[in-house]
Amino acid sequence: MAETVLFARPRSLEPLDTHYCPGCTHGVVHRLVAELLDELELRERTVGIAPVGCAVLAYNYFATDFQEASHGRAPAVATGVKRARPDLFVVAYQGDGDLASIGLGEIVHCANRGEKVSVVFVNNATYGMTGGQMAPTTLPGQATTTCVEGRDAALAGYPIRMAELLSTLKTPAFIARAAAHTPLHAAHAKAMLRRAFRYQAEGRCFSLVELLSICPTNWGMPPHGAARWLEEHMLPYYPIGVFKTPDGQDRAPLPLDARSVPGRTVA
Amino acid sequence: MARKLIKGCEAIGEAAVQAGCKLFFGYPITPQTEILEYMSRRLPQVGGTFVQAESEVAASNMIYGAAGTGERAMTASSSPGISLMMEAVSYLAGAELPAVIVNVMRAGPGLGGILPGQADYYQATKGGGHGDYHCLVLAPWSAQEAADLMRDAFDLSDFYRNPVMVLCDGLIGQIMEPVEFHADRPPCQPSAPKTWATTGWRGDRPRAIINSLYLDPEALEKHNQALQAKYDAMARNEVRCAEVGMEAPYELLIVAYGSAARVCATALGALKAQGVAAALCRPITLFPFPYAEVRRAAEQAKAVLVVELSAGQMIEDVRLAVEGRRPIHFLGRQGGMLVMPQDVAEKAAGVARLLLEAVEGNRG
Amino acid sequence: MPHIRIDRDRCKGCECCVHACPQGILAMSAAINTRGTAYAEVAEPRRCIGCRLCYIACPDLAIEMRFAGTLYCYFAY
Repeated sequence: MAETVLFARPRSLEPLDTHYCPGCTHGVVHRLVAELLDELELRERTVGIAPVGCAVLAYNYFATDFQEASHGRAPAVATGVKRARPDLFVVAYQGDGDLASIGLGEIVHCANRGEKVSVVFVNNATYGMTGGQMAPTTLPGQATTTCVEGRDAALAGYPIRMAELLSTLKTPAFIARAAAHTPLHAAHAKAMLRRAFRYQAEGRCFSLVELLSICPTNWGMPPHGAARWLEEHMLPYYPIGVFKTPDGQDRAPLPLDARSVPGRTVA
Repeated sequence: MARKLIKGCEAIGEAAVQAGCKLFFGYPITPQTEILEYMSRRLPQVGGTFVQAESEVAASNMIYGAAGTGERAMTASSSPGISLMMEAVSYLAGAELPAVIVNVMRAGPGLGGILPGQADYYQATKGGGHGDYHCLVLAPWSAQEAADLMRDAFDLSDFYRNPVMVLCDGLIGQIMEPVEFHADRPPCQPSAPKTWATTGWRGDRPRAIINSLYLDPEALEKHNQALQAKYDAMARNEVRCAEVGMEAPYELLIVAYGSAARVCATALGALKAQGVAAALCRPITLFPFPYAEVRRAAEQAKAVLVVELSAGQMIEDVRLAVEGRRPIHFLGRQGGMLVMPQDVAEKAAGVARLLLEAVEGNRG
Repeated sequence: MPHIRIDRDRCKGCECCVHACPQGILAMSAAINTRGTAYAEVAEPRRCIGCRLCYIACPDLAIEMRFAGTLYCYFAY
């Protein structure tokens, strides 16, 4: 009987070896994004925005037009592209430092203005490209090259949960968090990315999917051990789920109850 | 379009719209906020897009993205905001993107003041951002010239695939003057189809990648050499300089640009009445700087007086041009104080007296 | 009948597929590839159930799955 090839390289990925470390989740995420660009027939009108980080060379790997942004400014560059050409499908691909540190202002305002772009946020709790420094997403007690004794929340604060933070904005958006360190999680991540891309393809709203990822090299663990570490430490702090949909409820505070305010007499 | 009494900032905005600019990204800062306000009203009228960005950092990166798709995009700011944009300007130059950046200069450094200054000359012409790059820098001296140069800025920017800075100051931004818009004027440089732009890859051209990263040093050196060749071409073909009062022989050459030049032009009349023969050389392109023109003009004179609203920045380029052949004097104001025509006249008369004393000293 | 092929020289030796396989039929080779690393290979091809977890896990597109006949998909991908 003739054999069918079930899996082929997505057309949206160039036939190149990547520079990513063995086991790096970027490889999986690149493939998920490329498979979706093929499936949703977006490849020919996609403009990707590459970050400064391990994925700085993303423009080599995807078979689409690309723009390299300065560090943290991918959401602003994406805004420029989408406002100039609303017909293009704009995907910004960012890491911890790019999105949650230097680029924190840009991502919040891009989401708040409701720019109809999609952001793929790879969260591996460290700065990979520059050799493993503390990130805004590094967990308390996690050792990095700039906090060798482990992150001290008293000095550096707690890690930022970007999906939750962005979900408090009133402007409609699709905000989700998934993980891609095991194949079953990656299948779920693909479903989240598919929803995100569909929202942009329909011209609906801003979308962002945060993808918990491993960094075996800078965590100092082999890939399988790193996947276990992610499960034990990152999943409890960064819950998987959908935090905001464009049809969802506004997270306005509840009205004050006069009786609960000390010193006030009941009207 | 008939002559219109219009504020400098608004003339800049209108000229941009008439030049086909459909995208403006900016942030409020005195004294150029009127450009934002004008564009926010005007762009929707022509099907354009106005975005008030969260900061100048964001605005400068937004024009990067928009320019990368091949559309005419611009931003405007004033000195402290322009400082924030310097990284993006370096990226624009490195990625060879066309864009127009308007700097309505104010007094600095730091938060400084909101009145006019010219102390961003170094930032505009010598870099400001990192790396071996230049913006083409145009310096108008009136609202009319600002409108004319805005049109040229977009044409030059597209032609050279390089950012162009239009360097005004707060006086030109805020002044209200009659301006005639020449929308039908032919472009100063032809435009070519932007096959390099990221418009979606359908396989009919190489993939468009807007990028300034070259990890291989040989490739990066080649890229830098190509950029330098571009700047050399600008120096050969785009130098602009204006002359006032050079029909008759003159002994004092005044060099100034922008609002300072306007004040000096007024002073020429007073100087003539005092018997001091002076002329004004007014660089319009600050990069490429009119070195040859300034040298030629200086050689017709006995001394040079540079007038700037700063501690003296363009004076260094004047020194380079003159190469020590003539003494160079300086008059400057800072902090937002303006040079007045009588200040220029007084200083020029003082220089003329020094020249006379030197001649008499030689005789005696 | 599903059939897994792993490209020996594309493999970076991360072992993600080995751990992903619910049947435990993948293992790292004794030899090294042109990258200088041990590579994943199919140790027990007959017990492959075509679940696709190995190629979903692979970051480097080193795994290809072919099948003849009917394939049961255990989850959406």
